[in-house]
Amino acid sequence: MGQQHDAYFVPAKSYWPFVAAVVMFTTVFGAAHWLNAEPGDAGFGKTVLLVGVIGVLGMFFGWFRSVINESLAGSYNHQVDTSFRMGMMWFIFSEVMFFGAFFGALFYIRMFSVPWLGGTGHGTLTHEFLWSDYAASWGANGGNGPEHVGGAFSTVPAWGLPLLNTLILLSSSVTVTIAHHALRAGHRGKILVFLGLTVLLGALFLNFQAHEYIEAYKELNLTLHSGVYGSTFFMLTGFHGLHVTLGTIMLAVIWFRVLKGHFNKDHHFGFEAVAWYWHFVDVVWLGLFMFVYIL
Amino acid sequence: MSHAATHDHHDDHHGAPKSFFQRWFMSTNHKDIGTLYLVFALVMFFIGGSFAMLIRAELFTPGMQLMQPYFFNQLTTMHALVMIFGAIMPAFVGLGNWMIPLMVGAPDMALPRMNNLSFWILPFAFTLMLSTLFMAGGGPAGGWTMYPPLSLQSDSLAYVVFAVHLMGISSIMGAINIIATILNMRAPGMELLKMPVFVWSWLITAFLLIAVMPVLAGAVTMLLTDKYFGTNFFNPGGGGDPVLYQHIFWFFGHPEVYIMILPAFGIISEIIPTFARKPIFGYKAMVFAIASIAFLSFIVWAHHMFAVGLPMGAEIFFMYATMLIAVPTGVKVFNWVSTMWGGSMTFETPMLFAIAFVILFTIGGFSGLMLALVPADFQYHDTYFVVAHFHYVLVTGALFAIIAATYYWLPKWSGRMYSEFWAKMHFWNSVIWVNVLFFPQHFLGLAGMPRRIPDYNVAFANFNMISSIGGFLFGASQLIFLGVLIHGVWFSKKKATDRVWEGAKGLEWTVPSPAPHHTFDVPPVIHDDELAHGHVND
Repeated sequence: MGQQHDAYFVPAKSYWPFVAAVVMFTTVFGAAHWLNAEPGDAGFGKTVLLVGVIGVLGMFFGWFRSVINESLAGSYNHQVDTSFRMGMMWFIFSEVMFFGAFFGALFYIRMFSVPWLGGTGHGTLTHEFLWSDYAASWGANGGNGPEHVGGAFSTVPAWGLPLLNTLILLSSSVTVTIAHHALRAGHRGKILVFLGLTVLLGALFLNFQAHEYIEAYKELNLTLHSGVYGSTFFMLTGFHGLHVTLGTIMLAVIWFRVLKGHFNKDHHFGFEAVAWYWHFVDVVWLGLFMFVYIL
Repeated sequence: MSHAATHDHHDDHHGAPKSFFQRWFMSTNHKDIGTLYLVFALVMFFIGGSFAMLIRAELFTPGMQLMQPYFFNQLTTMHALVMIFGAIMPAFVGLGNWMIPLMVGAPDMALPRMNNLSFWILPFAFTLMLSTLFMAGGGPAGGWTMYPPLSLQSDSLAYVVFAVHLMGISSIMGAINIIATILNMRAPGMELLKMPVFVWSWLITAFLLIAVMPVLAGAVTMLLTDKYFGTNFFNPGGGGDPVLYQHIFWFFGHPEVYIMILPAFGIISEIIPTFARKPIFGYKAMVFAIASIAFLSFIVWAHHMFAVGLPMGAEIFFMYATMLIAVPTGVKVFNWVSTMWGGSMTFETPMLFAIAFVILFTIGGFSGLMLALVPADFQYHDTYFVVAHFHYVLVTGALFAIIAATYYWLPKWSGRMYSEFWAKMHFWNSVIWVNVLFFPQHFLGLAGMPRRIPDYNVAFANFNMISSIGGFLFGASQLIFLGVLIHGVWFSKKKATDRVWEGAKGLEWTVPSPAPHHTFDVPPVIHDDELAHGHVND
């Protein structure tokens, strides 16, 4: 820690932010074209989308590489570290609110819109005139609405794969914490083992989640089209799965960075940020297990 | 090693880079990025304004005049989206970028590269959104609130949803940056309760942004999957409910309304003490009032939906919660007036706009109280009364505050004094014509004219014509603004002093005019006498 570290740090100019804006635009422009293309004419949009996604991946790689190099060069003082931490915490808070929108939708549908369609409280007339034979209930008997959108389906039982996945994610939170303690104590071998274990548990979770989806589509006829039950089920678990995927990739990157010796016991914000993110993903899963699978 | 790293960007410490691309596209400088935001907001202000001119031209007389109804609907939708997400919000972020580091004694924003990304997303997002106007199916026409099932019929939905996602990412990153700057980058001695009210207002606004922009992203994602991927969130046949969208949207939408007014409160709380030459009356009350308004904004959303068919208990709860907001807002108006009371006032242009803000925003607040009453709202809902209400709070509120801030800080940015005569011309034209434009719309609404229609009953003809004339002249007045800005930035011969305004206090006035490319490389020493609100002891 040299004398300069007491002064403010303002990073050098960088083209990555502008590159990021360009590739993000490319991605969504391609996606929008693809979604609006005539059937059989999706080629242009798909190509642009693919270019955009590759660009986004390349951008992350390049931007993070430059930041890691600056970090290794010792450019970041304590104040920068605090800014990074605040940035990550508020980013996770924004993610919480994003999931909040979908959980809110789930609660509203289960507490209000489905019972109302069944004729309780506020929805008497809708029920009487449009769907008088609809007996409102959640799950397989009515979760796809009065018009039985998507046809009859069964739900995924909570005490099979979902329970296993809960145990997997909870264990992975323990292993990542053990790795963190090992990092503070400076035991690199132990970090690699337990962080590696965390990555494997993440991958295992995703594997089981994929199995569950395949079973839902093939055996249970539970699909994204299965009325609002299918919508909430797949959107909530799907966005969560996406976050687990990102988290696993991030953990894997951190594993390689540990291998290269990027962290020491006082200076490992990258590790902690990913660990926070992993715990956040874990907590969201507990909400899912409770409200999507059990109740 | 650390020495080499600092040396790499040593050249940064002297001044702006020479290369145009490096300076404006690769910037890590809060002043340059703030300027980009402000210029972008100005461009969007004129684009959104031109849509408004077309709307008022169509409504000049009854009957269909200039355009197809569907295009009219696209205009009302795009006018709102462009003005809210393109003009008002980026203008506030630009002001925050420029002024927050100067006001708290920081060298820059906490995360300067992310700051640049936050800005550069915006031109692309608006390119995506505005491009739909030139596509076969036309732009979005279901209103800026994008209620299903109407919005699901539009082919442009995917473009608008993705544009909203991009704007949301930009806003969240901008807000994270502002919070980290305020909490982590203040100069030693700049305690939280010594910060200028503008900084406080942005701290709270940034929290609101991070809390609700993801919710909007969630809501429009559900629209996207309902249209393109066969989900049933908003389809009652599948167990969903279109009203669910309205709940999620307004859970975002009401805090969003305060996102567009709280920084304006902060600006006014800077300007009035300067020109009244008195510290702000009730500094802590001002801060707590902003925080209370922010808190209340989360529990009032359904007052936008009184006519949709809510349970009685919900209507009553949201009515009372909404009226509660009048209390902290009343505190603010009272304190602004009390700040002026007994002050040695002068009436330079920023002060004129600030006083107009206090009076006209209060009118918008009162019509808001009328709309908060459930039985009355059943009459006013979706009429021009609502249009008049939110234009009083957004045009004479948010926009006037932005204009006031621009006149107030422009000399600090450019180092030149703008033309006071032409600025006053701009003020008097704006303040007169904006009332000619929007005040008759109260009467139209009370008489029953619905909003978002291209044609109307002949009974509404007179007030519509008056409103349109006011609209054209208000629009033309903004060309004076443009002229004053161009002159004040590049051509004015009159140099600004460092303090600019006789009564101005705060750290931003201790740096030279124009503010050098880098300021506060070492933390400044804070003297309590130098703060706008004086000593805050009790």
